[in-house]
Amino acid sequence: MDVITPHQRRRIKPLKKGKTKPLSTIRKIGGNWELYLFLLPTLVYFIIFKYIPMYGLQIAFKDFIAIHGIWGSPWVGIDHFIRFFESYKFWNLLGNSLLINLYQLLFAFPIPIIFALMLNQVTATRFRKFVQTITYAPHFISVVVLVGMIFIFLSPSTGFINNLIQVFGGEPIYFMGSESWFRTVFVGSEIWQTSGWSAIIFLAALTSIDPHLHEAAIMDGASKFQRVLHIDIPGIMPVIMIMLILEIGNFVTLGYQKVLLMQNDLNIASSEVIQTYVYKSGLLHSQFSYAAAIGLFENVINFILLLMMNQLAKKLKQQSLF
Amino acid sequence: MADLAKVAKSRSDKLFDILNYSILTIILLIVVYPLYLIVISSFSDPVAVSSGNVLFWPEGFTLKGYEILLENSEVWRGYRNSLLYVVLSVALNLSLVITAGYALSRKDLIGRNFFMFAIVFTMFFSGGLIPSYLLVQQLNMIDTIWAVIIPSAVSAFQLIVAKTFFQTSIPDELLEAAKIDGCTTTRFFFSIVIPLSTPIIAVMALFSAVNEWNSYFPALIYLQDQALYPLQLILRSILVASKEAAQVMESGVDPDVIAEQQQYKELIKYSLIIVSSVPVLILYPFLQRYFVKGVMIGSIKG
Repeated sequence: MDVITPHQRRRIKPLKKGKTKPLSTIRKIGGNWELYLFLLPTLVYFIIFKYIPMYGLQIAFKDFIAIHGIWGSPWVGIDHFIRFFESYKFWNLLGNSLLINLYQLLFAFPIPIIFALMLNQVTATRFRKFVQTITYAPHFISVVVLVGMIFIFLSPSTGFINNLIQVFGGEPIYFMGSESWFRTVFVGSEIWQTSGWSAIIFLAALTSIDPHLHEAAIMDGASKFQRVLHIDIPGIMPVIMIMLILEIGNFVTLGYQKVLLMQNDLNIASSEVIQTYVYKSGLLHSQFSYAAAIGLFENVINFILLLMMNQLAKKLKQQSLF
Repeated sequence: MADLAKVAKSRSDKLFDILNYSILTIILLIVVYPLYLIVISSFSDPVAVSSGNVLFWPEGFTLKGYEILLENSEVWRGYRNSLLYVVLSVALNLSLVITAGYALSRKDLIGRNFFMFAIVFTMFFSGGLIPSYLLVQQLNMIDTIWAVIIPSAVSAFQLIVAKTFFQTSIPDELLEAAKIDGCTTTRFFFSIVIPLSTPIIAVMALFSAVNEWNSYFPALIYLQDQALYPLQLILRSILVASKEAAQVMESGVDPDVIAEQQQYKELIKYSLIIVSSVPVLILYPFLQRYFVKGVMIGSIKG
């Protein structure tokens, strides 16, 4: 399209409509080649480091032999899955994974919401800012340091918590060496580390609630607590649902790097989760195919849970992801 | 609204406020006390710490823990490695996220929705640990610094945040005006988009810096050569893996020093936690400001 006078354009337009679309698409891509160049390295990264491993998941159905590589190894069907399902560890692993995450969902998920609702009621800006600054801090502590702190504070002989228990006349508890305390310690430390930070998103949602609603409610004599219940909570419900869907989408994978650090021989019965078992059987014992099959099994559970939650959210007429 | 609130302030509201403020104060103490305890313990006599006498201020002030750490070459090598990994991964991360994020923000990019879908999909489904490990192995990256930098170069979440930022903060009119003046996309990107995007560049740089500084798992699975270990792996061996701190120290030192180190084993842990957190502490004011911004932008598009 070089030089077209307005008169010509008026004449051409009705004729060209629809017909030129493929051409203009190609032209648009050509005209924007620089944008594709910008995108290219990232696309290559995603193809190599995200999509090729997905393709590589086929070793879950093969018997991986290093010298033959992923493609050349023989197919064995679902043998690895059957072996895993029949293994004596299966129910233990699945149970541990689900329980830790269920606890996490029951306790660690609601607390940031409650925290945000409380913080939103604080009118003293300085106090509010101060609380936020302090409670965000643990988010930036590395998982290794966090677990190190857990070990220090919970040490049966020198730890702060056990000193406190002894001051009140109790017997010191070996938290990290006990199966029954593992989940409590895991979820408790998770709450300590992440609650402040996770509240940000709910605080942001709270600020977008129409202040007129509150004003009207005040005129009608609603107390603060009633307004929290009937205005704030319904107001941030869509965000809560989205966060819940996302949380469930990662249900079984959550926090295995922390679990791995907290594990020891004494608490292994309640601390071995699917992901840590994948790490051990795959990378430490080189059973690549078997471990990949277990990883795939977990991945599929996650994906199904995500879709189910999304469906449920749609049914409840709340926000959904897709 | 403040006036209205005053009018309606009933007795139940007062009770609500009192409860609210007290609970928040308790939460504040629960969050801050463990951190404070680590700090004061790192300056205290280890015997006083382990017997529970250090509660509110340092007891028997000492810098011994820090002195021992200063002499520990392994910790410093880890420190240097971590800093190097952080610089490299931030550089790589920015050059990918900012360019791709901008491209994805342009409405005239044909296939934009497809690319976005392909990227977001990886948030919900992935090949998992084993295929990723085998890939890194095939690329001959095991036991090289690239193994801890390249496989985690970009995240889908970052791309969403960057894309949303560009969409909302670079007006279309600007691009059109530049186009009319004959400006190419590349020139527009470097001389107009980048100068307008310092906040998002800061967010992304901090995101990936903190992630890299705090991560231990990729190094654990991909690195065998101890000379390449980042700080977090050194920390792991001292703080977590029930390995005695003294064993990690240089061998070939005289027995007195070993005995002393044994005594200061616990003290070293506290000082090490502080020392390893210094870079993050320095960045904390920025982190807080920019990270919150990042999370907010990210939340716009879930």
